[in-house]
Amino acid sequence: MTDSLRRSLANLYIPLGSLLAALIIFGGFCALAGANPFGVYHSIYRAAFGSWSSFQNTLTQASPLMLSSLCTALPARLGLVIIGNEGAIVMGGLAAVVSGLALSDWGAASPVVQIGMALAAMGLGGLWIALVGALRHYRAVNETISSLLLNYIAIALLNHLINGPLKDPSSLNNPATYPIPAVHMLGNLPGSRVHYGLIFGLVACGIAYFLIQRTTFGFAARTTGGNLRAAKIAGLPVGQLTLIICFLGGACAGLAGMVEVAAIHGRANAALNAGYGYSGVLVAFIARQNPIAATVVALLLGGILASGGILQRAHSLPDATVLVFQGIVFLSVLYGDSLQGRLSGLMQRFRRQPVPPPAPIGPLV
Amino acid sequence: MATPALSVTRRQVLRGLLATSAFGLTVKLGGCGDSPIADDGTDTLTAGFVYVGPRDDYGYNQAHAQGRDGLADVPNLSAFDEANVPETQAVQETMRSMIDLDGASVIFATSFGYFEPHVLSLAEEFPDVQFFHCGGLYEEGVHPDNVGSYFGYIDEAQYIAGIVAAHTSETKRLGFIGAIPIPQVLRNINSFTLGARSVDPSVTTQVIFTGDWAAPVREAEAANSMIDQGVDVLTCHVDSPRVVIETAERRGVFSSGYHASQAELAPNGYLTGAEWDWTSVYRNYITWLQEGKTLMNGGIPHLVRGGLGDGFVKLSDYGSAVSDTAKQEAEDAKAGLLSGDLVIYAGEIQDNRGNTVVAQNEALGQTAIELEQMDWLIEGVSGSVS
Repeated sequence: MTDSLRRSLANLYIPLGSLLAALIIFGGFCALAGANPFGVYHSIYRAAFGSWSSFQNTLTQASPLMLSSLCTALPARLGLVIIGNEGAIVMGGLAAVVSGLALSDWGAASPVVQIGMALAAMGLGGLWIALVGALRHYRAVNETISSLLLNYIAIALLNHLINGPLKDPSSLNNPATYPIPAVHMLGNLPGSRVHYGLIFGLVACGIAYFLIQRTTFGFAARTTGGNLRAAKIAGLPVGQLTLIICFLGGACAGLAGMVEVAAIHGRANAALNAGYGYSGVLVAFIARQNPIAATVVALLLGGILASGGILQRAHSLPDATVLVFQGIVFLSVLYGDSLQGRLSGLMQRFRRQPVPPPAPIGPLV
Repeated sequence: MATPALSVTRRQVLRGLLATSAFGLTVKLGGCGDSPIADDGTDTLTAGFVYVGPRDDYGYNQAHAQGRDGLADVPNLSAFDEANVPETQAVQETMRSMIDLDGASVIFATSFGYFEPHVLSLAEEFPDVQFFHCGGLYEEGVHPDNVGSYFGYIDEAQYIAGIVAAHTSETKRLGFIGAIPIPQVLRNINSFTLGARSVDPSVTTQVIFTGDWAAPVREAEAANSMIDQGVDVLTCHVDSPRVVIETAERRGVFSSGYHASQAELAPNGYLTGAEWDWTSVYRNYITWLQEGKTLMNGGIPHLVRGGLGDGFVKLSDYGSAVSDTAKQEAEDAKAGLLSGDLVIYAGEIQDNRGNTVVAQNEALGQTAIELEQMDWLIEGVSGSVS
C-alpha cells in the first residue's frame, strides 16, 4: 500500500468512523430518552432524504451552510482557525440590503441590483474576515478569538442599524430594514422551492477546491499553512496570501448573507443571525476543510436539521435533540481528527507489542 | 505528479456528484413517497403549533406550549407542536411538513418573526390551510384571506402587577429589564409604572434594554446592577424571565413575572406576574373551527384581540409577600379594567422628557392605534428609548 493511498484512505475512514461512532452514541441517547434508535434513524432518513419534497427541505437547509463553511475551510489551508462566519454573514446581509436599496432607488434593472447586492455582500464580508487576517499577520492577534469577537460586533451593528438608521418605521414590533422590492428578489430553481443559493454554494465550493488544489496560488497557500517559516524563506508573500484567502473566505460567507436577504427575507432583520455561521464551522471541520467534502457534509447536516421536526412530532423527543445530535457528531469528528496520522501507528503498536502490565505504584488507600 | 496531500481524486468527486444527482433523481421520479395523511373522512381537526424557543423556557414559548397542552381534553382534535424553530426558511419547511406529512389544516405560528415572509408565503401556497399568527398585524386586502392574527393586551396585567409592586417596595424604586425598545415592550413598562404610580406617585421605574430577546448574561448583569442601586422589585419583558427572576431571588429582592408563571423559581420574592392565557384563546379558536367557521367564510375574524376580560391574559397567584391591602387594591383595579371604568392611558400623561403624550381629557382605550405605535416612556421611568 503506497503512502498516499493510505493517507487518502485515512481521510475517508476516519470521518466515516467518527460519524458511525456518533450514530451509535446518539442511538444510546435516544434509547435513554425512551425512543427506539432504529425508528429514529428511519425517521431521520425519511424526513431528510425520503421523498423529493423532504429532500428539498434538506437542500434548503444545506445551501447556506456550504457558503458559510468556506469561511472556515479556506483560511484553514493557511493554518488559520477562523470562526467569524456568523459575523461575515451578517455583514454580507447588511451590505446586500444597503446596496440593493440604493440600486433599486436609482432605478437599476433586476440583474444589476442582484449583482450589485452580491458584490457588495462579498466585498464587505471579505473585508470583515480580511481584517481578522490582517490582525493575525501584522499584529499577531489570535485569529480564532478575534473572529469570534467580531461576530458579536457584527451582530451589535446589525441590531443598531435595524433599530436605528436603517429601520423601516412600519416594522414596529419586529425591527427590520426597508424591504428590497419584490421584483429584485432571487427566485427559486425551476421546478422546486430551493433558491439559487444552492447553486452559489456548489459553484463556490467547486471554485474553492480548484483554487486550492490545482493552482499555484493554492499551492502557495498550502505551503504557507504547512510550514510558515519555510514559506517565508522560499519568498512567498505570506501577508498577501493571508489577506487574500481570508477575503475569499469572508466573501463566501457574505454571499450567504446576501442570499438570506435576497432570496428569503427581502430585508435585514435579527433572523440574519440565525446560527448558519456556527453550523458552517461544524461543516468545515467535519469536511476536514475540503471544499468538495463540505458540500456533502452540508447536505448531511442539512438533512439532520430537516429531520429535527419529525424527531419532536413523531418520537416526542425533546427539541434540543437535534442539537445533541449535532454536538455528538462534532465532538466525535474532532476526536477522530486527533487520530489522524496516528491510527496506523497505534494499530501497529498494538499488533507488535502487547502492552506490559503496569507496575504497582504503591499501596492503595 | 505527486498526489496532493488531501487527495480526493477527480474520479472520486465525479462519482460522488453522480451518486448525489442520481439519488436526487430517483427520489424525485420515484413517486412512491409517503402520501400525506389527508382528511380520512372523520372530522378530526389537525392543528400544528410552532414555537421559536424551547417549551420549558419559563417564558414566551412555555406560555404557548401550555396553551397547547390545555387542549389535550378537546375531542376530535389532534394538536401537535414543534419547538426551537428559527425565523428562517426552517419555519417554512416546518409548516410545510406539518401540512404535507401530518395533514395539519390549521397552523398556529407563535413567534412574531414568522409572519413576514414565512407565514405569508406559505398561506399563498396553501390557500385551504388556515394560518393563525401571534402578534402579526393582518391587513385586509393586503394579506391572504387564510391568515389571521391574535394578540392580547397583557399590559393590563402589568398595570396590576405595578400596583402590587408599589405596595411591596420599600425603596420605592422598581426595575424593568426590556429586550428592545419596541412598542409592545414600552407599553408594558409604561403600564407597569402607571399602575405603581397610581399607588404612590413617588415610585420610579428604572429601565435597562438588553438589545436582544434572549441575552441571559446581560439580563443578569442588568438585574444585579439595578439591585446594587437600590431597586427592590424587578420585572422584565424578555423571552425567558428565568434569569431575572432567579437573580432577584438570590439577591433577596422581590420579583414580578412575565409571560408564564415563574413562582417556583422564586418562592420567597415572587409577587405576581403578567401571564398569557393562551389555553383560553386556543380553545376559543378550536371551538370556532369545529363549528365549521373559517377565516375564509368570514366566521372567524382576522384580527382577534383581548385583555383580562376576554381571557387573553391573567395574573399569577399572589406570592406570600403581598399584603392584604395590596391584594385588595389590585383586585379593585382588575374589576375596574373588566368593567371598563378604569382606562390605563387616561390623560394627562407626560413622557419622561416633559412632553404631553396623552392630553388632559383624552382617554386611550386598549384598541387605540396610538398605543400600538408607542415610542415614549412616561414620567417616572428613568431610561431612554433610543
